[in-house]
Amino acid sequence: MKKKPSTFLNMLITLFVITVIAGLSLGFINELTLEPKAKAKLAKKTKALQLVLPEFNNNPVREVLKIKSDLAKDSVEIYTAKFDQKIKGTAVVGSTEKGFSGLIKIMVGFKPDGGINNIVVLEQKETPGLGTKMKEEAFINQYRDKNPGTSNLKTSKDGGEIDALTGATITTRAFSDAVEMAYQVYSDNINAEKDE
Amino acid sequence: MEKKVDQKQNFLKGIIKENPVFVMLLGMCPTLGVTSSAFNGLGMGIATLFVLLMSNMVVSLVKSQIPAKVRIPAFIIIIASFVTIVEMVLEAFIPFLYEQLGIFIPLIVVNCLILGRAESFASKNNFLSSIYDALGMGIGFVIALTALGATREILGNGSIFEMKFVAENANTFILFILPPGAFIALAYLTVLFNKISIKSTS
Repeated sequence: MKKKPSTFLNMLITLFVITVIAGLSLGFINELTLEPKAKAKLAKKTKALQLVLPEFNNNPVREVLKIKSDLAKDSVEIYTAKFDQKIKGTAVVGSTEKGFSGLIKIMVGFKPDGGINNIVVLEQKETPGLGTKMKEEAFINQYRDKNPGTSNLKTSKDGGEIDALTGATITTRAFSDAVEMAYQVYSDNINAEKDE
Repeated sequence: MEKKVDQKQNFLKGIIKENPVFVMLLGMCPTLGVTSSAFNGLGMGIATLFVLLMSNMVVSLVKSQIPAKVRIPAFIIIIASFVTIVEMVLEAFIPFLYEQLGIFIPLIVVNCLILGRAESFASKNNFLSSIYDALGMGIGFVIALTALGATREILGNGSIFEMKFVAENANTFILFILPPGAFIALAYLTVLFNKISIKSTS
């Protein structure tokens, strides 16, 4: 078991060969996982849509509307659910950077009258056991059937109607923030459509 | 016959006598960072186990081809490649776990446990011994992370593997879910582990 001597050429060749092999195998695996990755993302989106929207029989993912908004970094996605061509509801992806650990992304489903149908958390990095309780039924239920245009969805500490999660006031504020942002985009979009 | 005992030793030492977390205190970053629940600890442990196994295997196979002066960059490239593969595979097939572990998956690269085993064991021993060593160390790591995660989840959230056993609004030791709780739980588990293992060896 003789080791290769550390000559300049040996070192150069060894590192070159190793990086080439590593690069090639990574490229190969990336190619291999590209499709399942996209599929997993789509499945997640579809599942979230089914949860936040009333029953629909169109394909909201295909009819997605992406609009630019000052309220979010990226464009905001708006999904419209139709049942036999009749609009049943609209889902908007709301996001905020004000979470306890940064980005929170939620999908808010609105009924045609602007009331909230349901909310699903898409992305979050909140503290497990505290902020993550925003996924729980008891918390999300506070938002259901409320219209952000007429109800004050801030926390009760800030004079609103929402009871903050114990030990996670920042998360709750951020969550309400994201809901209000989603509503803003939703109502702006409706007004824009009316103008046309 | 003697060879067989040797392999058993290679395997078992990682679980108890040289447990990477409780005895050698290696890989503290993921140990403290992701163990807020038993499931996260288990997932991180298994991802690390896989990377450790693959890197030990490859390093032990190519060790004679690597000049001593560039061995560390060479090991790091090998380890980083496997970590990236784990990341891509998790994202594609277990997206739930991928989201939970987040930033800690790329950080497996700098887990000193893996580089430590490559440097101190796999680069000096044969293929088979390196596999046993990686399995032992990896399982020791999985056990430690799961135990720590379970302890923190039980105390901090009143649940185990997300199954709640206290009332919905019961007061739990939230501290244990938060970062300081990781240090406290790790310290007590280390004491406990060492007390038991010293007793059993003497």
